Amino acid sequence: MHRVVQRRQLSPNVTLLEVEAARIAQIRRPGQFVIVRLGGNAERIPLTIADANPAEGTITLVIQAVGKSTRELVALQPGQAIQDIAGPLGHPTEQIDSGHAVCVGGGVGTAVVHPIAQGLHHKGLKVTSIIGGRSREWVIFEQELRALGDVLVCTDDGSYGRKGFVTDALKDLLSTAGADIVYAVGPVPMMRAVATLTRPLKVRTIVSLNPVMVDGTGMCGGCRVSVGAETRFACVDGPEFDGHLVDFDELMDRLGTYREFEQRAAQCPDGPCRIGLTAPAAT
Amino acid sequence: MSSSLSPRERMKLDRQKMPEQDPAARARNFAEVNLGFPEQMALIEAERCLQCKDPRCIKGCPVNVKIPRFIELMTEGNIAAAAQSLLGDNSLPGVTGRVCPQETQCEIECIRGNKGMPVGIGYLERYVADWARNHRDQLATTKAPPTGRRVVVVGSGPSGLTAAGELVRLGHDVTIYEALHKPGGVLVYGIPEFRLPKKIVEQEVERLQADGVKIECNVVVGRTYALQELREQFDAVFIANGAGLPVFMNVPGENLKGVYSANEYLTRVNLMAAYEFPRADTPVLVGRRVAVVGGGNVAMDAVRTARRLGAEQALIIYRRTKAEMPARVEEIHHAEEEGIHFEFLTAPVEVLGNEKRWVRGLKCVRMKLGEPDASGRARPEPIPGAELIVDCDVVVVAIGTRANPLLTSTCPDLKLNPHGNIVVDEQGMTSLPGVFAGGDIVRGAATVILAMGDGKRAARAIDAWLAAKPHATTSA
Repeated sequence: MHRVVQRRQLSPNVTLLEVEAARIAQIRRPGQFVIVRLGGNAERIPLTIADANPAEGTITLVIQAVGKSTRELVALQPGQAIQDIAGPLGHPTEQIDSGHAVCVGGGVGTAVVHPIAQGLHHKGLKVTSIIGGRSREWVIFEQELRALGDVLVCTDDGSYGRKGFVTDALKDLLSTAGADIVYAVGPVPMMRAVATLTRPLKVRTIVSLNPVMVDGTGMCGGCRVSVGAETRFACVDGPEFDGHLVDFDELMDRLGTYREFEQRAAQCPDGPCRIGLTAPAAT
Repeated sequence: MSSSLSPRERMKLDRQKMPEQDPAARARNFAEVNLGFPEQMALIEAERCLQCKDPRCIKGCPVNVKIPRFIELMTEGNIAAAAQSLLGDNSLPGVTGRVCPQETQCEIECIRGNKGMPVGIGYLERYVADWARNHRDQLATTKAPPTGRRVVVVGSGPSGLTAAGELVRLGHDVTIYEALHKPGGVLVYGIPEFRLPKKIVEQEVERLQADGVKIECNVVVGRTYALQELREQFDAVFIANGAGLPVFMNVPGENLKGVYSANEYLTRVNLMAAYEFPRADTPVLVGRRVAVVGGGNVAMDAVRTARRLGAEQALIIYRRTKAEMPARVEEIHHAEEEGIHFEFLTAPVEVLGNEKRWVRGLKCVRMKLGEPDASGRARPEPIPGAELIVDCDVVVVAIGTRANPLLTSTCPDLKLNPHGNIVVDEQGMTSLPGVFAGGDIVRGAATVILAMGDGKRAARAIDAWLAAKPHATTSA
């Protein structure tokens, strides 16, 4: 069992959970993920490790409530527990040794970009983060990223930072400061737009993918993605890949496989679902 | 009942037929197909054994169960002793009594089978194992005194469980690391409920735990711990992590929505209980017409699962004929009874999709059988121009699995064959001293019982290896 020691609401549908997982906290590296299962008949869900505290034996998970399983997870309060956490899985982030790294995060993806930026910063690279959200309240991890370098914030409605998409800010940055490597994590359309922007400029671009996954150890093949001419498994070959080679259309399409089921699951069999998107009052 | 029958009288007894769920009913539920012998049938079947002086059945069994002995104890009315004898030879009799291909192992060797039907050894094993599970308090575990040696087993499938069961009885301190959240390996993620109820696996695992085996789930060796760390913390290692990497057909359209590996399809349904959706949270695409590609036991499991999930039609696409199918005869027979359709001499060349990229069919080519290949089976060859389209909305690819490189890729010193399987010597030891391996990670995809045989052999080899090794202080 993995006890929740801290819970914070980061945005209307994004929640941070700090949970006990001593071994994983000790050995995880930026870019790696865990498979989480709440218990009972719950699903196995892949979640990128956003941070770790080896001294306390905890890892930080940042969860966007999108379906029944994630809503149940974010409803957990300190003292409650997650039954299963397996990992750390996947390969750590590919890093370069020097230069300027640009980390682009969209929505909950910003939480995944954070450990990458952390790793690069500790290595001595110059890090610029470009993060975005629908509006001010959806922007997360801004302060944490500011500790690691410059941060450019974009919002769709202009309620905070620059009005527009992260790709607009990235385009300007690439034409002025340039970049040696770009990391992009967020919704598939955002990662595709970043890759489309950097491809002609030949700026190496790493994306972190989160396809449908069951076991996370290479066994099911559900997470297969087309990278270049090859089929790769995100769980064991990734989760990070060369963004210039990923078939984003296929990824986007496969992510929709269970949409109808998600809607059915959202309608709880025991009547209207009471698991809300926002945090219950703190106790 | 006494065993006073003459051989002639024994020969007169007909093989008892396993009671089964009605095909029409069972094709729509996940309850076990075979219902098991009632006591009377079991005792009649036991009387059919001739108690041969030189029994061949034992040699046919990969774990060398002393078959005539436990059957004899049954006929003497001493079921507890029969169970004790069986459990001494086989750590998972409730499993093997249900899933072993007896017809190619013990029963094919049965001398009675020379003239008529062999003894229903598998059915009797199942009967005794089920009795044992329900009367655990009447059974004593004989355990050697503690040796102070710690052994770690990687994987809790049939090979790992067997090895652990043997090792703990030899007095060693045994820990199993399992990557998934539930112990059992292929017994829980692969083999469906209707062939091997999960309750049986749970109870067999509980018995091993009661014997002292420790099981830690969610530990992915190769990620959570490196093999080298295990070597430092334990006196010996047994790797039995299976052949978990699915093989795909490598044809266009394979990444369309609705194409599953058999591993994924069966894991969703078995381990994650997707057939209970939405009571269980993991979904599975049910499909109206489900095409399963392959001819082995896994293909049979998948296609029969599809039928039970509610597919109007579930069919097998196999490139050879029924005679070459590697699946157990009983499974093929059961599938036929359940209304499974077979498309023989057919090989897919493309998965077809609709405008929304959902599967709509399989483009196939008809095959003919040519000269025998390396496996001794006739090699299927495409008939030029003989194409057909099989309508379907779900495709399950069940054409085999390969060694999962997750663990092996993290220890370059571990010697592998060109297929990525771990190379072992006759004792089951790998190129690393004190590290043993068995089951599918060594053999490639094989059967539960062969994996168990490896586990049993490796346990003895580990015991001997530890006995020859001086005691050292271990770090944990």
